[in-house]
Amino acid sequence: MPNVKITLDGAQYEVDNKKTILEAAREHKIHIPHFCFHDKLSLSGNCRVCLVEVEKMPKLAIACMTPVAEGMIVNTKNERVINAREAVMEFILINHPLDCPICDEAGECKLQDYAYKYSKGFSRFVDNKNHKEKRVEIGPRVMFDAERCISCSRCIRFCDEIAGVHQLQFVNRGDRVTIETFPGQSLDNPYSMNVVDICPVGALTNKDFRFKSRVWEMSFTDSVCHGCARGCNIEIGVRNNEILRLNPRRNDDVNSVWMCDHGRLETWKNVNAENRIKSSKIRKEGQLVEVGWDEAIAKVASELKSFGKNEIAVLGSAFATNEDNYVLAKFAKEVLGTRNIDFCRHAEGVDDAVLVRADKTPNAAGAELVGIVPQENGMDFHKIISAIKAGKIKALYCLEDDVALMPGIEEALSNLEFFAVHATNHSKTTQYAHVVLAASTYAEKNGTMTNFQKRVQRVRPAVTTFEQDRALDNFEMSRWDKFAAHNDKWGKGPRRDARPSWKIIASIAGVMGTKYKFNNADDVFNEICQKIDGFKGLSYLKVGVKGAIVKQNHVAV
Amino acid sequence: MNDDKLLEKSEVIRVKDLSFMQRAYVFEILKGMFKAAKQIFKPTFTIEYPEVKFEHAASFRGRPVLVEENGVERCVACGLCARVCPALAIEVQAAETELAKERYPEKFEINMTRCIFCGFCEEVCPEEAIIMSNEYELAFSSQQESIFGKDKLLKSAEIMKPRLDFLRDHR
Repeated sequence: MPNVKITLDGAQYEVDNKKTILEAAREHKIHIPHFCFHDKLSLSGNCRVCLVEVEKMPKLAIACMTPVAEGMIVNTKNERVINAREAVMEFILINHPLDCPICDEAGECKLQDYAYKYSKGFSRFVDNKNHKEKRVEIGPRVMFDAERCISCSRCIRFCDEIAGVHQLQFVNRGDRVTIETFPGQSLDNPYSMNVVDICPVGALTNKDFRFKSRVWEMSFTDSVCHGCARGCNIEIGVRNNEILRLNPRRNDDVNSVWMCDHGRLETWKNVNAENRIKSSKIRKEGQLVEVGWDEAIAKVASELKSFGKNEIAVLGSAFATNEDNYVLAKFAKEVLGTRNIDFCRHAEGVDDAVLVRADKTPNAAGAELVGIVPQENGMDFHKIISAIKAGKIKALYCLEDDVALMPGIEEALSNLEFFAVHATNHSKTTQYAHVVLAASTYAEKNGTMTNFQKRVQRVRPAVTTFEQDRALDNFEMSRWDKFAAHNDKWGKGPRRDARPSWKIIASIAGVMGTKYKFNNADDVFNEICQKIDGFKGLSYLKVGVKGAIVKQNHVAV
Repeated sequence: MNDDKLLEKSEVIRVKDLSFMQRAYVFEILKGMFKAAKQIFKPTFTIEYPEVKFEHAASFRGRPVLVEENGVERCVACGLCARVCPALAIEVQAAETELAKERYPEKFEINMTRCIFCGFCEEVCPEEAIIMSNEYELAFSSQQESIFGKDKLLKSAEIMKPRLDFLRDHR
């Protein structure tokens, strides 16, 4: 990699000669403002706010498109640059409406930040601003406000280059320029909502999140999307203990900076949903009745004891964390003594070219790795189902998964003498359950998921359950969360009496006579790291925010 | 020796500089009564509070209210008042409206047990939608009662004109 020496703001650096001035400056923590530049998109060079002075060049140059060269002397902060930058900002702001109070982007707006940092702070423009259409449904999930657009073309380039469909286009000229779709078409590609994230202003906004909350009132927790086996890194935005939106989080090895619309909109709605299971339930006279944890756990323990080893089957879940599946496998082998352990796979269709995987579960690889596989002479998922139908297997213990959605399974479930299920929401499966144990969703517990690359990634709790406290349990906190008193209405929000699955299983094991010494998810993960080869040497600290690859394709038996 | 010193310190020194008139006492009493009697003929300074209300200057900061104009609140639910409120008394939930202003407060609540009448909400408001009124009679019998919703907060712009004029003049 041939390097060149350049001088940036008086300091000498050696940088790769393929880089532009902006990238070189970025590498050395010198911020050059930019609107149209995005490191995952092609260069456009139309916003002109990244102007810098390169000595011996007659005019100022745009940092995003000027490649570095040997001996180049660049000034990013001198008077000439600052004046030019202020002039560019003034031009951009001439027709930008003063919409900040009603704009969803306010608080995370590049233009707002730059107007504060790099602008004069007042306008010399006395004429009326140019008016355009304000509420355009440019796509089924995206709203467009033409007045706010600063014509940076990021969204157009995103559709062309990342989503792979040419759906957006500039039309008209001068101050009447705007973006449009072809008549009769809309911005409806499966990645369309990424344009909301990359829009440097509030021109493109999320229809689902529209006006729900100001961003500064929310807390953002790093987590992992559980829409498919990709495991896109996300931030969970929460206010009043309710999830309001998901944002992609940069991880160049997994999802770059994108995520699909399905993951962004559909994967968290169950957390706030009406049909959430608020506490554990036992079937009494055909009805599911809410009971306390002790009663539910005692019921499961006594029922499981009444069946023989070969009459019980255990289903893990590709939706549950590694920790949940590991403790379940351990419980099945050590306490129940069953060899019939497996989980239900949910592969549909094919992988797409961008992010979405055919496997629609976040942790199929992890479930296998931590021991949710049929033991010697044990039955796999399909054999378990046919054995239930044949009456050979009488009791089924199932982790968080709506197995009844698989064809032909409902018949088998109705045949069971005892069916215990961990569930987050009422579903087809819970209709057949004798005991429903209220499990925490992925947004309410600590744990790890293993994606299709065998990358172990952390999920962190963003929503509190009964047994958690935002301050004491190290949650991300918004200003409201920090200062809420017990009698304040805000900061409370709905909570449920759910527990992480590994904890429920450990309590059942305890009642059945085997004590597990797990106090928190860290303890479970540390044991996984000791017992399972692929995980050796890992810890929550090493997994960190970007995840860590499991070393080999080892499958624990 | 120590005892002698203590004795010296504890000696009380009487200042005998009162004049004869003062020492006579009765003249002083009369002087005082004359001063008090003079007040009877001056205009009254106090008011009979619950029956007679205090009239404020427009600069008085009573409880915050929302300005209503043409049947709708001016507020666009931007949330700046909630952000700036040092006592975190304000809660706003925005929603979409067909009107040109696009958003309106679906819920706007001020917890009056938290409010400290600082007037920051009024100062930060980009729409002149939340302003300080002249109402100061705030007593509640429960905490629930102290949370003022839109029903109690909305006041028409005509009623609030003195304050709005004051704000214009002193902007």
